[in-house]
Amino acid sequence: MQTVEPQLTKRFGLKDSYTLKVFLATGGYSSLKNLFAKKPAEVIEEVKASGLKGRGGAGFPCGMKWSFVPQNTGKPIYLAVNADEGEPGTFTDNYMMMNDPHLLLEGIICACYAINSHMAYIYVRGEFYAQIQRLNGAIDEARKAGYLGKNIQGSGFDLEVYVHRGAGAYICGEETGLLESLEGKPGKPRIKPPFPAVVGLFGCPTIINNVKTLSSVPWIIANGAAAYAAIGTKESTGTHVFGLSGHVNQTGYWEMPFGLPMMEFINHYGKGVKGGALKAVIPGGSSCPILTAKECEDLTLTYESMRDHKTMFGTGCAIVMNEHVDMVKVLKNLTHFYSHESCGQCTPCREGTAWEDRLMKKLLDGEATTQELSMMLEIADNMEGKTICVLSAALAMPVRSFIQKFRADFEKYCKPSISAVPAEIS
Amino acid sequence: MQFKPEVINEFEGIASRYPVRRAALLPALWLAQREFGFISVDAMKAVADMVGCSPAQVLETASFYTMYHKEKPGKYHLQVCQTIACLLNGSEEIKKTIEQKLGLKPGQVTADGKFSYQPVECLAACHNGPCMRVNDEYHENLTPEGVGKLIDDLKKK
Ligand SMILES: Cc1cc2nc3c(=O)[nH]c(=O)nc-3n(C[C@H](O)[C@H](O)[C@H](O)COP(=O)(O)O)c2cc1C
Ligand code: SF4
Ligand code: FES
Repeated sequence: MQTVEPQLTKRFGLKDSYTLKVFLATGGYSSLKNLFAKKPAEVIEEVKASGLKGRGGAGFPCGMKWSFVPQNTGKPIYLAVNADEGEPGTFTDNYMMMNDPHLLLEGIICACYAINSHMAYIYVRGEFYAQIQRLNGAIDEARKAGYLGKNIQGSGFDLEVYVHRGAGAYICGEETGLLESLEGKPGKPRIKPPFPAVVGLFGCPTIINNVKTLSSVPWIIANGAAAYAAIGTKESTGTHVFGLSGHVNQTGYWEMPFGLPMMEFINHYGKGVKGGALKAVIPGGSSCPILTAKECEDLTLTYESMRDHKTMFGTGCAIVMNEHVDMVKVLKNLTHFYSHESCGQCTPCREGTAWEDRLMKKLLDGEATTQELSMMLEIADNMEGKTICVLSAALAMPVRSFIQKFRADFEKYCKPSISAVPAEIS
Repeated sequence: MQFKPEVINEFEGIASRYPVRRAALLPALWLAQREFGFISVDAMKAVADMVGCSPAQVLETASFYTMYHKEKPGKYHLQVCQTIACLLNGSEEIKKTIEQKLGLKPGQVTADGKFSYQPVECLAACHNGPCMRVNDEYHENLTPEGVGKLIDDLKKK
């Protein structure tokens, strides 16, 4: 395991880490010199070469996304920062904004310069009241000190940044749902294409990036793509703030390079599984297929290892479960969540999530047979690939992986099926 | 129901951040909730006037989002996370404690108007679960005893 200096969390723990004073005293905004010395296209190339992938869940290469923005439409270009952090099990953007809001602003300046945007909105989930105060405080400080506003640090580059408060809807974390919400509408995702990079906010080209994606950019601009790409693995470059929740003795978050084995993460950082042996891990937020203890043995915290194990890196926040966990109760929790959060536009999602939830209730009530389990799997298959956004798939994947990998838990709740009824009845 | 002139001023400052006025609808609803306590039908009309959109558009948007109260909440609005990570660490016990101690079901308000209670979905503090929000403040690593004491303290306030 490489040891590298922290990039995202280096100010965490410093007194008043969120102030401009501490930020500047610890190298903050120092990437801007390199930034403004480059042409925007060169900045995009740099970020491409760094291998930085989006940290919001989909893992899309950041520099490549930026390169999709058409520069010849004559329309303004927007940056929308995704600080909606709603994926169950995920909680680290929260602390990025609390502890180092200026780092995010520095990343926003880099991104906006690269894509030629002069207006950024930070879409923060409504519950993050303290985080919004922090961000607004940092924006005020930055504007007064000439890091935002007109002619930033004499570069000739102008940028305004505003916070937009959400109001409680998971679906507004989906990038086009977020744009609808920013426009003052219900956060119902849009059909793609057109992709937001071409037709986004107010019909203009728009880039949507996660808080940690943007907070990763200043280090790349200051130290170069090659230095960043040298950290982690070939496919998963750099560092990330990894989180642990659920049944570990020490829950929390830690910044480290990609590549740590999952079991070392749980045993060394998490100080071991709490309350019994390991049963399962959801590796990157509740939408990712669940893994058995056995599957975790050779799993590493990288995009490629997660893919090889037929799950997803997601947000990099793992939920750990011990041997006493009843998978039926956990899946019921998820079917409730997704049916509650479906925006209802697409029939397979609206009906599928609701049906899965009803069938889970039936199972828990002892009213289901293995036929219902088959039905749940069939419904899951029909929820994928047919909808406007992937919320529908985000329930289908857990349903399938839970039932297939922990079938014994589910069968315990099943009454004997019709075919197993004693012969004298028929 | 009308906004005070200084609130309208505040709103105009916010609206100027967007190229399209409708985009300031969520901020306008937040202002309405701050000023009037909840988003009544009259409040929606006032918001529509201020933003310059139809009351139906305001209703459509306000009703989509769970954080806009359609009825008056208690002085202390308890929002307990009931999602997966908090569930694993005991959110059911926290919900039960609140329900028994205050005699509330989800969505209800105590007769004295002091407490309202709503289970909510993941609050993004999962490593410190179970957790809840009381109005805009987070309370983490909850235990049934701790929640009981918190409620007793709030009762005295
Ligand atoms: C239902 C749903 C919810 C999402 N919620 C979030 C979220 O809370 N935060 C986030 O950054 N990305 C979220 N995403 C991913 C975004 O759609 C988008 O991929 C991301 O913001 C892009 O930023 P990135 O490339 O920097 O990761 C969500 C996606 C879906 C389908
Ligand atoms: S998949 Fe579900 S959440 Fe996504 S747009 Fe369709 S109905 Fe809405
Ligand atoms: S699951 Fe409760 S805060 Fe995330």
